[in-house]
Amino acid sequence: MNLIDVIGPVMIGPSSSHTAGAVRLGLLAASILGAKPVKAEIHLHGSFAETYQGHGTDMALLAGLMGWMPDDERIPCAAEYAKANGLVYSYYKIDLGNMAHPNTVLFKLTGVDGSFCEIVGSSVGGGQVKVTEIDGFPVELTGRLPAILTVHKDTRGVIALVTSTLANAGVNIATMRLFRSDKGGMASMVIECDQAVPQEILNLIGALQQIHSVRFIASVL
Amino acid sequence: MKKEMLSLNNWIEEATSRQQNLDDFLLEYNTRELECSQNDLLAKMYSMLEVMEKSVQTGLMGVRSRSGLTGGDAKKLVEAVGCSQFISLLGDKALDAVIYAMAVGECNAAMGRIVAAPTAGASGVLPGVFFSLKKHCQLSDEILARGLVVAGSIGLVIAERASLAGATGGCQAECGSAAAMAAGAAVAMLGGTPRQVGTAVAVVFKNILGLVCDPVAGLVEVPCIKRNGSCALQALLAAQLALAGISSFIPADEAIDAMKSVGDSLPCALKETAGGGMAITPTALAWAKQYFAKARG
Repeated sequence: MNLIDVIGPVMIGPSSSHTAGAVRLGLLAASILGAKPVKAEIHLHGSFAETYQGHGTDMALLAGLMGWMPDDERIPCAAEYAKANGLVYSYYKIDLGNMAHPNTVLFKLTGVDGSFCEIVGSSVGGGQVKVTEIDGFPVELTGRLPAILTVHKDTRGVIALVTSTLANAGVNIATMRLFRSDKGGMASMVIECDQAVPQEILNLIGALQQIHSVRFIASVL
Repeated sequence: MKKEMLSLNNWIEEATSRQQNLDDFLLEYNTRELECSQNDLLAKMYSMLEVMEKSVQTGLMGVRSRSGLTGGDAKKLVEAVGCSQFISLLGDKALDAVIYAMAVGECNAAMGRIVAAPTAGASGVLPGVFFSLKKHCQLSDEILARGLVVAGSIGLVIAERASLAGATGGCQAECGSAAAMAAGAAVAMLGGTPRQVGTAVAVVFKNILGLVCDPVAGLVEVPCIKRNGSCALQALLAAQLALAGISSFIPADEAIDAMKSVGDSLPCALKETAGGGMAITPTALAWAKQYFAKARG
């Protein structure tokens, strides 16, 4: 923690967890989808479901999906902008069980290119967030650092190829996590980096034979 | 080796032995920590002050919250002060601090733009104290920016030794910490010694110890907005005692540690869960029931 964390951030009120954190979850969800969202089914769990209107959580999530930051003064009017921008949205209450964090949201997003993605994330306090599930895959993505997210076939050497591509581009890896459905099946990597990853490097990684998709997830803090 | 905890007492003694003002000392400390120049850090503080001032203006327009529960009280207080029959129980400085603090609290509840310093729920206390002193004591923007460095540094110590979150330590950790930060900054901005800054911090915690976080329906409105006003007042009281040369028997670090131990002993119901205090009064429960029914509908 440093002085800037205490005197800041600038945000739209009223709540760092229910408003600022919700914007960040929307931002992360949109970058995971990798396309402009045109349809969003937003399922709210726990305290998010109970107090979303008073805290503006509904507007904050939409704002994030449209790529706005937590201090954007248009947030209270996000619904009008969403309508004007062709983003169709609906809210639902969902019970994700006792194990889920009280401030949890499940997004079902459709992109302008027809892509579809289901993302679960929680606002864990003080505006910090965590995406915990993408299309049923367990992940852990906090948005604190720029990150790349891959979906690939679980094969020998994929990690070495991806990490050496990053190393050659001068990108330092801060943290890294791996997930797979089963041996030789679908796998996923979340790599948090100290630098943003340029598009040409993403293209190189995306061109690797074993990689199904790669996304850059910008830092949201 | 275990990292030593941040200590306000150590900073105060070090600054005193170097015959330095605490704001100079802390400006040097933070530029080292952030690896930036003093000008960059002060520029950042100016931009935060600018947002704070706009939040005050927004709140003074009489905005209402989305739930409809709160709003318009800061404006009401300003209008009351302007009336010929107004009886002033507080002086101008204290009254304006309360007005500005509540204005920012109302701006926050109405989804306005604020600086979470240290948190969104307690975002009114610092602007309340700072802009009242700016107006009535003719403080320059540079003094305010340096004051914000002092306030933030006090917050750093509290965050490390205790907590700044209502969910962890109750309202004493949130609005209480904001008051301690504002009190210490006020002493520094008005030319007090480093030791007097420490006294102001300690006195605030003595006076607000045990304050619980009990938001009605879980919303950052009741009692949060008035508590911002009340804690701005606590900050001025503590600064006043410290500047008068009164010392605190309990040193600042120990007062912060006491706040942590009280926070740890508070039951969950009194830490932002809306399970106790004002949140479970019959009036609060009746309002919450109707509000949630509408939200579900």
